[in-house]
Amino acid sequence: MNNSYKAVGLTEKEYKKIIEYLNREPNELELNMYGVMWSEHCSYKNSRALFRHFPTSGERVLQGPGENAGIIDIGDNQAIVMKIESHNHPSAIEPYQGAATGVGGIIRDIFAMGARPIALLNSLRFGNIEGSERVKYLVEGVVAGIAGYGNCMGIPTVAGEVYFNESYNGNPLVNAMCVGIIDHDKIHRGTASGVGNSVMYIGAPTGRDGMGGASFASVELTEESEEKKSAVQVGDPFMEKLLLEACLELLETGSIVGLQDLGAAGLTSACCETATRGEGGMEIDVSKVPRREKGMLPVEIMISESQERMLLIVEKGREDEVRKIVEKWGLHAVTIGKVTDNGRLVVKDKDEVVADVPAYSLDSSGAPKYYKEYQEPLYIQQVKRLQPESVPEPKDYNETLMNLLSSPNLCSKEWVYKQYDHMVRTSTVVKPGSDAAVMRIRGTKKGIALTVDCNGRYCYLNPRVGSAIAVTEAARNLVCSGAKPLAVTDGLNFGSPDKPDRFRQFRESIIGIGEACRELDTPVISGNVSFYNETETQAIYPTPIIGMAGLIEDIDKHCTMHFKDEKDVIIHIGETKEELGGSEYLSRIHGLEKGAIPKLDFGTEKRHQAFILSAIEKGLLKSAHDISDGGLAIALAECCMEKELGIKVQMESMLRTDVVLFSESQSRFVVSCSPEALTELQRLMDLQEIPYEILGTVESEDFVIDINNKNIVALKVKDMKEAWKGAFQCFMK
Amino acid sequence: MKAKVFVTLKKSIADPQGNAIKNALHKLGYTNTEEVRIGKLIELDLGDITAEEAEAQLEKMCAGLLANTVIEEYKYEII
Amino acid sequence: MKFGVIVFPGSNCDIDCFHAVKDILGQEVEYIWHDTKELEGYDCIILPGGFSYGDYLRCGAVARFSKIMDAVKVHAAKGKLVIGICNGFQILTEAGLLPGALVRNINLKFICDTVPLRVESQDTPFTRLYNKGEIIRIPIAHGEGNYVADEETLKNMKENGQIIFTYTNNPNGSMENIAGICNEKKNVLGMMPHPERACEEILGNTDGRRLFESILLSLEENRKHE
Repeated sequence: MNNSYKAVGLTEKEYKKIIEYLNREPNELELNMYGVMWSEHCSYKNSRALFRHFPTSGERVLQGPGENAGIIDIGDNQAIVMKIESHNHPSAIEPYQGAATGVGGIIRDIFAMGARPIALLNSLRFGNIEGSERVKYLVEGVVAGIAGYGNCMGIPTVAGEVYFNESYNGNPLVNAMCVGIIDHDKIHRGTASGVGNSVMYIGAPTGRDGMGGASFASVELTEESEEKKSAVQVGDPFMEKLLLEACLELLETGSIVGLQDLGAAGLTSACCETATRGEGGMEIDVSKVPRREKGMLPVEIMISESQERMLLIVEKGREDEVRKIVEKWGLHAVTIGKVTDNGRLVVKDKDEVVADVPAYSLDSSGAPKYYKEYQEPLYIQQVKRLQPESVPEPKDYNETLMNLLSSPNLCSKEWVYKQYDHMVRTSTVVKPGSDAAVMRIRGTKKGIALTVDCNGRYCYLNPRVGSAIAVTEAARNLVCSGAKPLAVTDGLNFGSPDKPDRFRQFRESIIGIGEACRELDTPVISGNVSFYNETETQAIYPTPIIGMAGLIEDIDKHCTMHFKDEKDVIIHIGETKEELGGSEYLSRIHGLEKGAIPKLDFGTEKRHQAFILSAIEKGLLKSAHDISDGGLAIALAECCMEKELGIKVQMESMLRTDVVLFSESQSRFVVSCSPEALTELQRLMDLQEIPYEILGTVESEDFVIDINNKNIVALKVKDMKEAWKGAFQCFMK
Repeated sequence: MKAKVFVTLKKSIADPQGNAIKNALHKLGYTNTEEVRIGKLIELDLGDITAEEAEAQLEKMCAGLLANTVIEEYKYEII
Repeated sequence: MKFGVIVFPGSNCDIDCFHAVKDILGQEVEYIWHDTKELEGYDCIILPGGFSYGDYLRCGAVARFSKIMDAVKVHAAKGKLVIGICNGFQILTEAGLLPGALVRNINLKFICDTVPLRVESQDTPFTRLYNKGEIIRIPIAHGEGNYVADEETLKNMKENGQIIFTYTNNPNGSMENIAGICNEKKNVLGMMPHPERACEEILGNTDGRRLFESILLSLEENRKHE
């Protein structure tokens, strides 16, 4: 046995498994096909065993994990298709193209199901931005790349998040989520069924770019990565737009049996996955695959990750019909093979068979599955310890609040989302800057709310509870918009699974997400795992990003977080506890990233969410905002910004002032209502035993908070807004 | 000392812009056009320095800023 | 009245324009594929926003060679109405139907925002329901909306009242704060802002509605006179 398996990232044991499948040694092409397909990126070999912790079914689930994207029913024969995916490693090397192709890939996953993509979201993490030219370069490139691709496609980028933390130095995270809409009877799957049906290739020609990107994403970044530059692909959103329109038009004809995106592991993956889902086999001829470069070898064609390509399974005899439509869009469709039922994926180069393997052995049903070792990281016990007395109380809360408002994680992200076309398709009802984006569903009274959330610091300090909080916070954001949370897509970003302490973070996180999703009845319908997000010196904070979609039955009743009118009554819902551990305040003001993170009680959480949702539906609330990073004070400030309204708040509390203002206790909201609605609202809160405190009223321009009859904060909203809005621009200078 | 820097995508990197323009040229009847590659021309006035100094500077400028060597290649002319 | 929305490869505001005409104005509207040679029976032609041909080389540079553009020129020469929005505006300048050109925003970034515009003239078929000097808020979404023209052109446009919309707070570096212009005959309008995005209460903005209503009113009056 030679050790060529090492070059494709496989172990000796895995190589032996290949020999078992083939009853012989694989040739170079076959070995490379196994190499890319059995990488973590494609096979989820290290993570798959844990997915059983996720609830993945439910009344509304039309498609769970395992397809190009998940699908959830929204009634009236309509459904939402969604998925999130990471493009972390490519973005670290070439931020513009890395991010752009990440967006391109996730869009293809959505229209591969037959859906029209209607919204994009993204979740970004970077190292410390203050003073780092490298981080600024990455931010600039990633944001421009996302904008460049999404804007050109005409799909609005409607929501997202951007966070900065040292742990992402050298390992930025770029997760893109796409949401589509589809009628139930139009759902297509990546299935190669019908023996003798044609396998057609459409889209961009295949080049050497993105060579082995899948295995590339499954190793740690080192200096050498700079050398693996051929793994960088260039996105062509124009091509993708044509591909999208052509595919959707083709699906209307009924000639398409299956549709599959050529993503990670390119043709190899698309062929074996569609074959496995269908009749079990496929035969293709690589010499027929359109190529961009001369002299490409079969192995290069089979594992290339060139962008903007799709595989179609076409009903036999209807190839010309397909070709005609595709050509109308300025593209070419080429028949490269046919569906078989002998269970083999056979690759030919003209008449010569160059690979012949059991199709299922390549994809996740045949790939190895590992139960990795895990053990509690050493840091966990250390970081838990936090003596509240050791945290000095700020002397000037005006200054503290201004400092927080203009900090990288809490300041306005307008600089970012202004570069994204968030209005195209004229369906964006709530634009970026509120808790969740709200989109109307044209031709109905319905709307959907969308959000992405994760607090990596919480997940670092307590992976299980932190991850559960990511789910509940996402749900809170939807509920504040007047939406009932329906389903989750998760982007799991972690360090190396080969290190037991990192793997424990991953395991705990999955359990936490599973628990929360079960409690909230929001099944996980799709997702992505990105491991090896670490450099030689450090790993990222565990960052399980939760993308969530919710349904608003009557779009006219949607809600936003912004205060609307003077004299409206401000109410704090939920209870503030002494929970500064892991808070943004502790990190920014005191430089501490430690302590016990806030407790999460699912019963309380569910009751509060249900109350907010029903109050919005009854039309009692004029605004609703969840309290998260930065606590009550930041939440109040955020509610004031849009309309430049002030507040007059008076509170009573036995807690320390900084706890009252900045504690991040869970299951809390800031809402406002008209003075007339107050009585009814109070009646309902008393009836349902919802803890609340009437804080004060919305005012014209001053932001005033008194605690125990003592003035604590007195600022002009105009000044706060200026600092909050202008901060990001300053960081980027 | 003046210089011209040409930055183009590496041969192995897809050039979507070039491809789209090639197709447009074909549509206009220039069907003999086999390849279109699009790049940038950057003109520099380097002030009063020698050709050797200029060359040394240009090499650094190109590798460091003007081109992203992950996907682009460059060449320069000193005039 | 019958409207036509031209679809170039890469157009993406075509559906928004279609929707505005059909559902807001309640008028007949059809998509017209860029390969079409003739434009018969249309009262108003809309060149929508988007990224025709990926905006590669220059915005609108390839689209101007589409077969449909000859027909658009004929349509315009007859004095019929043409409106180009965003990428449509860029195509109209590349095609020579409107003067000047649009180059990259001064901050080199794509800008998506809702911005105040001043209506400089109500003396066009597109703006008669606005008041001169009125400030309206209309969304913009472009990377290359920075209007440039030579001095002579600018002078002529001013004299002829061809500057129709200006930014009150110039977002992109446009000369004379220009957001929208028309040709001398005032039957061809080009504007970077998107009026079709500001036609419905649910989207929080209806300032663009009157542009479409102005077009309809003008067409109806014209028909009466015929």
